[in-house]
Amino acid sequence: MGKRVGIIGVGQTHHAAKRLDASGVELIAEAVSRALDDAQLTIKDIDAIVIGNMDHFENINYVDMWAVDGLGACMKPVFKVTTGGTTGTTVGACGYYHVASGLFDVVLAVGWEKNSESDTQAAISTCANPTLERDPFAGAIGPLATEYSMYMKAFGATEEDAAMVAARDRNNALRNPYAHSRQAVTVEDVLNSPMLSYPIKFLDMCPRSDGSCAVIFACEEKAKKLCPKPAWVHASVVRHDYTHFGDLEWKFMPTLERASAAAYKLAGITNPLKEFDVAELYIPASTCGVKWMDSLWFCEHGGAPALIRKGTFEMDGELPINPSGGVISTNPIGATALIRIGEAAWQIMGRAGERQVEGAKKALATGFGGCSWSDVMILGADLP
Amino acid sequence: MSDWKDDVEILVHEGKISVPYSWTVGSTLSRFYCELRDNGKIWANRCPSCGTTFVPPKIKCINCYEEPHDWVELPGTGTVETYTVVRYEEPSMHPRKAPFVYGVIKMDGADTGIVHFIGDVDPEQVKVGMRVEAVLEDEREGNILDIRHFRPLA
Amino acid sequence: MEKVAIIGVGYTKYAQNSPLTFAEMVFEATTKALEDAGITRDEVDNVVSVSSDFWDGRTISSMAISDASGAYGKDITTVEGDGTFGALYGMMRILSGSFGVSIVCAHHKGTESNMNGITNCAFDPLVERKLGLDAVSSAALQARRYMSKYGLLEEQFALVSVKNHGNAKKNPIALLPMDITVEDVMNSRKVADPLKVLDCSPVTDGACTLILAAERQAKKLTTNKKRVWMKGVGHCSDAFRLGDRDLADMRALKKAAKRAYEMAGISDPLKEIDFAEVYDAFSYMEPLWLEGLGICDDGKGCEYLERGWFNADGKFPVNVSGGRLSANPVQSAGLYAMAEAVLQLRGEAGERQLDGVETALVHGINGMCGQSHCVWVLGR
Repeated sequence: MGKRVGIIGVGQTHHAAKRLDASGVELIAEAVSRALDDAQLTIKDIDAIVIGNMDHFENINYVDMWAVDGLGACMKPVFKVTTGGTTGTTVGACGYYHVASGLFDVVLAVGWEKNSESDTQAAISTCANPTLERDPFAGAIGPLATEYSMYMKAFGATEEDAAMVAARDRNNALRNPYAHSRQAVTVEDVLNSPMLSYPIKFLDMCPRSDGSCAVIFACEEKAKKLCPKPAWVHASVVRHDYTHFGDLEWKFMPTLERASAAAYKLAGITNPLKEFDVAELYIPASTCGVKWMDSLWFCEHGGAPALIRKGTFEMDGELPINPSGGVISTNPIGATALIRIGEAAWQIMGRAGERQVEGAKKALATGFGGCSWSDVMILGADLP
Repeated sequence: MSDWKDDVEILVHEGKISVPYSWTVGSTLSRFYCELRDNGKIWANRCPSCGTTFVPPKIKCINCYEEPHDWVELPGTGTVETYTVVRYEEPSMHPRKAPFVYGVIKMDGADTGIVHFIGDVDPEQVKVGMRVEAVLEDEREGNILDIRHFRPLA
Repeated sequence: MEKVAIIGVGYTKYAQNSPLTFAEMVFEATTKALEDAGITRDEVDNVVSVSSDFWDGRTISSMAISDASGAYGKDITTVEGDGTFGALYGMMRILSGSFGVSIVCAHHKGTESNMNGITNCAFDPLVERKLGLDAVSSAALQARRYMSKYGLLEEQFALVSVKNHGNAKKNPIALLPMDITVEDVMNSRKVADPLKVLDCSPVTDGACTLILAAERQAKKLTTNKKRVWMKGVGHCSDAFRLGDRDLADMRALKKAAKRAYEMAGISDPLKEIDFAEVYDAFSYMEPLWLEGLGICDDGKGCEYLERGWFNADGKFPVNVSGGRLSANPVQSAGLYAMAEAVLQLRGEAGERQLDGVETALVHGINGMCGQSHCVWVLGR
């Protein structure tokens, strides 16, 4: 059986639309240095490193090799993992497996992206099959808009429900000094913002950011020695099911349902809404913040709008979601899902500053990516 | 395998990923390139901890992960550590026509080498250990091609 | 520590301009690997794919092989780099206790893309990329450095090519089985001195899949004959910029090898290991890597090569498959090398079977001029 693993340090850059002051490698170094400081370690304490991003956003081949200076990876084991939008959780899971395997004791996991350096939607469009789907497929917004239209029709959800999610996440970001977009918005502001692709409006949708995040994983023995309150990894699960876009299920999110069900089983969670104290979810558009709540087993299919209207997921609600401001406020794609893990870890470690959920003991982090890729990681204050 | 596969005409779709890029140079290399562009100087930086001097300059020392704070100007001369004569054409990639010479030049005053062209010399005459100096372009834009190439020291 | 076994291997025949899509290639390799292991997809609980958006010309390219690799409904992830690193992650995931049986698959369709352009993108866009460097021209810089450091000759490198293309004649899937001489290599077209065409590996298409299993599952699912154990593994990266490294100094490879040998309990690799598949993307790489792997002293690789040590009938056979010089599907090359070692260890390598082999060394690289290495010790 594998080793138990705890997160003992998290670092992230101040994310922005364009970080002109820092090259990609400098951005990575910034996150890594902060994670080392957070864990009170030096690079010498790191046994192995894993990094991820998306190739076509910066056009760097062999990123793990190119980033060695920023990672502090010279003469260390390093390799790259990448799965599109879920790259951040993929990197986090890979850091976890490095340690859980017993092969390495202290491992640095790094996600980064400099979206300002390319045309994000042009790059994303190349994920579609070049001989079947690339020509008609247009970026990330269309599919998300389509799925929410179907959800609205099936369950009576509204544009306003989504706008409430957008306002929640955007206002939460005001308490997060690292967030890219920090502006107070009302539900009306969201509803009145320009339409991108019905029913998704400008303020419903995530931005693209420059940023990096680094998370340090350690084995039980080291974590206990190095960190007063590690965030223990209770489960890490991934599900993915793409062949062609036409094959996907649109009314609910099968991969998220399966991934979260498997993760809850591993972590012994039977009532997620009650048992989690906080969640950092990869919600790329506010509409997903409605529909996907069903698929996380917080309620029956179609039950999400009622929970949202009750304020269940607000900071003072039953299960605060995205105290950090979430993806809608900050989205350096290869780092985005790792920020979910890092923020969830900080909540458990009690280091989330102004956005701390008091006494958080169990946290849920997710990753989402194209197409229909769902990752779930569960962290806890108690040993798994 | 079913035999219809023997008869089918196999098609190939041509394509190209055309995404524009604009890479942020960052503080460290911007300083290097600004010195090169504006003052025609080649600068290196040095790790305060282990003393290694890097050119092109580093954001972090590869040995210590310290910031190499100290900046030093290099004389622009060096020694060819290795080289190759490139004889194939790749017009969209190569800034000059083959045959041309790449070398790794160990710069005087630095502990690392810099990769660049070796020019003003018959490619067949380039040798390991040859002493060379940087030749700068007259019109400089703030990138690595502001150094035109390295040429043999007279 | 718990043990992990390779219980099945499958691959496509090496090709150029394969009529299959890369997903179809992965399907073929994975289907064969499952057949080889004698198990069904249902007995697999996770998949590690090896995929590169650059080579595939497609963002999130691994999603295109999700169904082909049997990942539907399973935990799947993707390593970008050589297949040996994918196998390492497959092993880690099993050792973590989370999984019992892993598919590790890698594909590469080199003939669909432009190798020089893609490897040019491995250089820093802020510095070396503008100079137009690529895998071939940078390898030439390394070859020259290796020659000048130890006084080696191009003819000695040519011998690697002669040996490996000759070995390929006994490998039914190899792309370039050839009877050639040192003169043939020396007279072949100059590419980037000191490299000539016959010093370089061919652009190749190919997919390869390994099935890994934890000890308990391996013993339940397969017979002893099928199982090859992953005894040791190590990986390590050197500095990025070519000028930051001494290109003939194998310090990163030495560190990776040391770790792999320690894990496998090997103190004298030359004595305790029977043969090797090393990453000979260019002829000079074989002796250089063998030095880094501790099979011979620094600077002595070519001397022992000339003495016939690394021939199929020599003291320490290297690249009996024909090596990467005879077929080099970059992303999947390392997995093919592991599959070759598995066949040898099982005694199923046909005409090229080595006698009485118990322990194999497999090596893969990432980045330019072998910046990063992954070293495997596999055994019966």
